[in-house]
Amino acid sequence: MQYQFTRHLASLRGLLIIGMLVAVVMVACSSDEEPQEPAAQAGLLSGEIVIDGSSTVYPLTVAAAEDFRKENPRVQIPVGVSGTGGGFKKFTAGETVISDASRPIKDSERELADRNGVDFMELTVAYDGLSVLINPDNDWASCLTTDQLNEVWKPDSEVSNWNQIDPSFPDREIVLYGPDSDSGTFDYFTEEINGDTGVIRHDFFPAVDDNVLVQGIAGDRGALGYFGYAYYVANADKLKLVAVDGGDGCIEPNEETINNGSYSPLGRPLYVYVNTASLQREEVKAFVDFYLENAVDLAASVGYVGLPQQMYDDALALVAKSANTGSEVKR
Amino acid sequence: MAFQSQSSARKTYRLARDNVFAALFTSSVIIGVLVLAWLLIEVFMDSIGWLDWQFLSSYSSRHPDQAGILAPIAGTFWVIILTAVMTVPVGIATAVYLEEFAPNNRITRLIQLNISNLAGVPSVVYGLLGLAIFVQYLFDGQRSLLAGALTLSLLVMPIVIIASQEAIRAVPPSYRDAAYAMGATRWQVVKMVVLPQAIPSIMSGIILAMSRAIGETAPILVVSSLVFITYVPTSPFDRFTVLPLQIVTWVSQPQDDFRHIAAAAIVILLVMLLTMNAAAIYIRAKFQRRAEY
Repeated sequence: MQYQFTRHLASLRGLLIIGMLVAVVMVACSSDEEPQEPAAQAGLLSGEIVIDGSSTVYPLTVAAAEDFRKENPRVQIPVGVSGTGGGFKKFTAGETVISDASRPIKDSERELADRNGVDFMELTVAYDGLSVLINPDNDWASCLTTDQLNEVWKPDSEVSNWNQIDPSFPDREIVLYGPDSDSGTFDYFTEEINGDTGVIRHDFFPAVDDNVLVQGIAGDRGALGYFGYAYYVANADKLKLVAVDGGDGCIEPNEETINNGSYSPLGRPLYVYVNTASLQREEVKAFVDFYLENAVDLAASVGYVGLPQQMYDDALALVAKSANTGSEVKR
Repeated sequence: MAFQSQSSARKTYRLARDNVFAALFTSSVIIGVLVLAWLLIEVFMDSIGWLDWQFLSSYSSRHPDQAGILAPIAGTFWVIILTAVMTVPVGIATAVYLEEFAPNNRITRLIQLNISNLAGVPSVVYGLLGLAIFVQYLFDGQRSLLAGALTLSLLVMPIVIIASQEAIRAVPPSYRDAAYAMGATRWQVVKMVVLPQAIPSIMSGIILAMSRAIGETAPILVVSSLVFITYVPTSPFDRFTVLPLQIVTWVSQPQDDFRHIAAAAIVILLVMLLTMNAAAIYIRAKFQRRAEY
């Protein structure tokens, strides 16, 4: 027995040693990954800028981080996707430096930041056009007014057939698709269309992942849904865009109408919130500047729409001012 | 004669029933395997052309053709190794205590009941627990590898304990009695009789628990939530991401190509899982041969 067990022990020890070797190799490999050319890049920035928040803004921030790191490889910029609300929780606790948001900060979140002594500034980085989508085989609903959308989506809506929206529409069941309530897109749409955040009828297909909505609408002739413009751009061949009439005629979301604000009220701004104290850190200031300076191209590369240049210039001036004084700049 | 024909009729009936059930069971196996095969084929087809060295050795990117999974692979390795290091000794020790040392009283039964129940708690609950206890209380808001691994080890601990208990219970009592009869102490019996016999099954239990941990998304999303990371963690206190989280993020991107790299990442995750399961089978086979003489 003793003999048998020692042999088992020997095997266990072997496993343990293998495990330790793997760990050592991992550590060794990973330390090789560190940039090893300090002499050549002596003046370069380094540090860590932790970002979290909205998954809608995520592609844009990743694009900025990726390109910024081409010039500043020693700055680490980890980006998370815990949602606008989840991001603000960390941001107001001082855990993150920048928070991605697809809606403005709420009063309750602002209070939390005050209580924790976190000063911040809000920067608009791009526009998203919340797009209303139908199936490509739907040849009747090319334009809907915001009132009609409200009739369909309001909490106690009785609309279950397209001909209830407009008698000229055919007799076909309407099937509704929308993002689920964790999403900033949901908050924005309900606020703009139904007048209050989170107020909506309950019998629609909710999805965490907008691609599920794309599939649903693409496969259902009676479908009506909404989601971010970037998802429409990537799936333009499977979906049909509905123009929205907010009182000034039918306007389809596209780069021009979203950029100049005529796609109203469903054109929405995307924000990043920056911890003002952290702007004292050279690498944070450089990254925020880079983000704003390149936002037009970055936005286009991920399916969003840039702001008019003047707005970026104003934001840059604000950042510069705030970096100098180190305090919150009210707009 | 009448009796004979009646019996043969009954025999035909019984055989027919036999066939029906055989067909039923075979078809349920086939359905399961087919669905799995379909899923695997779909994933493999999607990943063709995207799975290459560049994919394994680069960090995430907004360009699908430049994106890679170095950070999540490294994170997954770290988390699994740390989880194993923390779970295995405690898990086995708990199982040994409960099976060999604990008195059969109310407290022991309560502990036992709790462990069985904990094995069924949804993983996101462990994530929230990990966030409250490890991240916020123990590490002061630091969302480190260690916090993630501790959370996952809570998650798989009940599985390891239950598997180890089963393994220890399967050791014939006569072995123990023989050792006691020769004057061995309880610890000697555990060390020299029970554990050597039980280790093969304990090992496969552990590996299966680790395979569960490797695929968990929800608790890691709560504890870490980072998906764009451009370095390989070098210490247990670094920030991290893991493969399942990266896959979920890529799948939900608007551009279609991200689905392909998500598929490629799934293939890598499957390879890691299969390797671990193969290791479990190998270890069990190896130890079992020894234990039999």
